[in-house]
Amino acid sequence: MTDEQLEIFIGNLLRLGVLVSAVVVAIGGALYLAQHGREIVNYQAFRSELPELRNLPGICISAYHLRSDGIIQLGLVLLIATPVARVALAVIGFYLERDRLYVLVSLIVLAILAYSMMHAA
Amino acid sequence: MTALLFTIIVWATGMLAGFLGALTGLGGGVVLVPALALLFHVDIKYAIGASLVCVIATSSGAAAAYVKEGYSNIRIGMLLEIATTLGAILGAFLATRVSTHAIAIVFGLVLLHAAYQSLFGKKQDIGALVESDSLAAKLRLAGDYPVGEQRQAYGVRNVPAGFSLMFGAGALSGLLGIGSGAVKVIAMDRAMRIPFKVSTTTSNFMIGVTAAASAGVYLGRGYIDPRLSMPVVLGVLAGAFLGSKVLVKAPVRALRVTFGVIIFLLAIEMIFNGATGKV
Repeated sequence: MTDEQLEIFIGNLLRLGVLVSAVVVAIGGALYLAQHGREIVNYQAFRSELPELRNLPGICISAYHLRSDGIIQLGLVLLIATPVARVALAVIGFYLERDRLYVLVSLIVLAILAYSMMHAA
Repeated sequence: MTALLFTIIVWATGMLAGFLGALTGLGGGVVLVPALALLFHVDIKYAIGASLVCVIATSSGAAAAYVKEGYSNIRIGMLLEIATTLGAILGAFLATRVSTHAIAIVFGLVLLHAAYQSLFGKKQDIGALVESDSLAAKLRLAGDYPVGEQRQAYGVRNVPAGFSLMFGAGALSGLLGIGSGAVKVIAMDRAMRIPFKVSTTTSNFMIGVTAAASAGVYLGRGYIDPRLSMPVVLGVLAGAFLGSKVLVKAPVRALRVTFGVIIFLLAIEMIFNGATGKV
């Protein structure tokens, strides 16, 4: 596989990731509107999100119980994960090319992303 | 307003933002946050959280198309992502600390610049250099890109300057929830002397990774609201998809001017509302 073929493969994989997360978000959204569509909403005053929807375990539990906001949030987390997967795949790609310098560079980016996600967990 | 009506109107707004963003190449985030904050009175930090998710969606969705064009340089992108992701985390932390008024004013200033670029900016290729300087050579950043049938080689300069500018681009992205593609292109095109086409496509590759770094912080702080983000992200994706389909036939110049005027008005409104404490 050439460099470019690998990149196109990764690109298509990312597009699939976006599609899957959009479907999950849409399912959660349909459920939300069916259950809460008639309620009055107001986003004017800042009100921090429910604690269980701020971290991955809480989101998974909430989605597992088929709560609509949990399912939507799970889709959004999947979406946020697509660029992270992209960097992880680049680590593998550079490793296969035996490019040590850029394996290191990609690992640093991955570590920074992991730090950010850890903060969310 | 009921949740159903709110969802439908926000979905349509997201779709329009995604559509215009794809057609003009300016990205949807830059109109999305002011539209949500000014039209729907959504708290600006919620708006930024939703916008970040959309930036990731459009960047990841378009990655395959950009790779096929053969311009993007993965090594340059990955190296500079160290700077943009660190900047993005700093920007996201800043966003949770500073007042919404200050964010609105900074946002307005960035919009003013985007409007100016859209109305009067010219894409000029300053001409690629074949030689890299010593640091860029050590980092093996040089590459080549298609010109007609052949491939034109290019060198890279001023890595430290580009790296610092990228840190700033990341911070703006994390603070305002935008892709800040414009600053990324300036860093690569002006400072590092990378050919324009390579800069813009590599910038798209970096935007998603940068936004993911700040999205983690926004998620942990509870600024990503599922009920708001749902219609926004589905709308933007639909709009961006439509935009990429009609891209060839669109009167780009007229669109850029229209978009520029809208952004200019949004900029004035954001600065005014930020200064008077309404946003």
